[in-house]
Amino acid sequence: MSSILVESPGLLTPVQDLGRLGFGTIGVSPSGAADPVSLRLGNRLVGNDEGTAALEMTLIGGAFALPDGAIMALTGSDFGAQLDDFDIAVGTSVEVRPGQTLRLGPTRSGARCYLCVQGGIAVPPFLGSASTHLLSGLGGFEGRALRKGDVLQIGLTNVPFRRRTIAPRVAESLSERKVFRVTRGPQADWFDESSSRAFLMATFRVGEQSNRMGIRVEGAQIAQSKKASMITEGVSLGAIQVPPGGSPIILFVEQQTTGGYPKIANVISADLHRLGQLRPRDEIRFELVTFETARAILIQQEGMLASPESILE
Amino acid sequence: MSASITDEVRFQPASDQSLLVYFGERISLETHERVRKFLRLLESEPIIGVRNLHPAYCSVLLDFDALKMTHDELQHALTARLARIDELPLPEPRQLEIPTCYGGEFGPDLDDVASLHGLTPDEVAELHASAAYVVYFLGFVPGFAYLGGLPKAIATPRLASPRRNTPPGSVGIANDQTGVYPFDTPGGWRLIGRTPIAMFRPDRSDMSFLSIGDRVRFTPISPERFAALKSA
Repeated sequence: MSSILVESPGLLTPVQDLGRLGFGTIGVSPSGAADPVSLRLGNRLVGNDEGTAALEMTLIGGAFALPDGAIMALTGSDFGAQLDDFDIAVGTSVEVRPGQTLRLGPTRSGARCYLCVQGGIAVPPFLGSASTHLLSGLGGFEGRALRKGDVLQIGLTNVPFRRRTIAPRVAESLSERKVFRVTRGPQADWFDESSSRAFLMATFRVGEQSNRMGIRVEGAQIAQSKKASMITEGVSLGAIQVPPGGSPIILFVEQQTTGGYPKIANVISADLHRLGQLRPRDEIRFELVTFETARAILIQQEGMLASPESILE
Repeated sequence: MSASITDEVRFQPASDQSLLVYFGERISLETHERVRKFLRLLESEPIIGVRNLHPAYCSVLLDFDALKMTHDELQHALTARLARIDELPLPEPRQLEIPTCYGGEFGPDLDDVASLHGLTPDEVAELHASAAYVVYFLGFVPGFAYLGGLPKAIATPRLASPRRNTPPGSVGIANDQTGVYPFDTPGGWRLIGRTPIAMFRPDRSDMSFLSIGDRVRFTPISPERFAALKSA
């Protein structure tokens, strides 16, 4: 088996795939890639199934020695990657010769960059998934982010190298957007008129405390008009909950499965992957759409991704 | 005769890929049993496209594939199943014990809880260990059970600011709920004791020590017994 030697792990680099679904009844949230669209495209560039396990780098990338070589691709944000001394681009497959070293630096665009290798990162599955749940220390590589000196195994593969790139049309449509489309939350009517307006008018700044569990945003103070206390209930990915302090929290991939704060809105499915590219201090806004529109946008986006022309050979 | 279940259930879209089903607006054993029956119903007759279930006190959130169905289609499929919910038998609940060492380093908030209620720490521990609890649901993190049935005399609000770290096995109180932290996570519940039992065991087929519907008691143990059970 080929391996990857972690010379430097970067800021926070866990193994992720598309997460584990179906274990909400025992409190296990799906976890998985923060930007699943980038993970899926990266896997297609190297000839893997879309949901194959890869490395998710956060804000600052690492350095990885590849003693046996590999077929790899980087997707998501540009972390200034170099293979030995040559710059390599995001969104294209690359053949690594045995003994070469991949080095990445601080991000030049969004929060996350995915390193996909043909064959995938081989880790024992937990509840059917290779994804790491950092808070509980479950899944992935020893339930944690990578450390210097870790040795990862690459899954067996013998598919010949093909030069593939993400179609410019696809890359363009997935590029950063600072307006997140939302649908009404289950407690939207707990908020008074002026708070609801402020929520949609204000520019919010992503807080430093944001992580894979939740993205904190600060801007307008959102006050509840209804003073009733809520009974804890199930919460969905991308739910925008408003604690008594008035600063919203967007529940993210390592979310709690239930929560007791009212939800004013929910980020639409088609925009969830963009949440994974938000950096602290980024400025965002919210735009309200109907459930029908949200679904139409998702169908359109998935249709584009499913098309064979989304990857150029 | 109570009204038909389908009249009492309320549906609420939570996102473009999830639907909340409310079985009541108040925490009660009757509502809890409907939540359990609903989960059993979906286990025995799964709906294609439903990807995840998040049960809670009075509701279940269903996460579904929006490419496969709409809220209306899911609601329609559920309504057909819900008509049969009251016919479903529920298995006898399991009875489980959680050995717990109260106070001291194991329960750093026990003294505060006692003084808030004008009780001694021993009285708080006795009251906590005297009650029979119900696992209403699991949520928050893997294996975290929300237990109802806490004696009113020791119901205590959460800490004003949550702890950054909570030792695994910590037994906490939040209002009229109690629960055990399975992992070292941030947490705002007041910690009155700790159990040596692992609440989440990824190496076992029954990963979570507690399941929805279980009946639970806390049994006081000494620090020596805690150490012995911990190393066992």
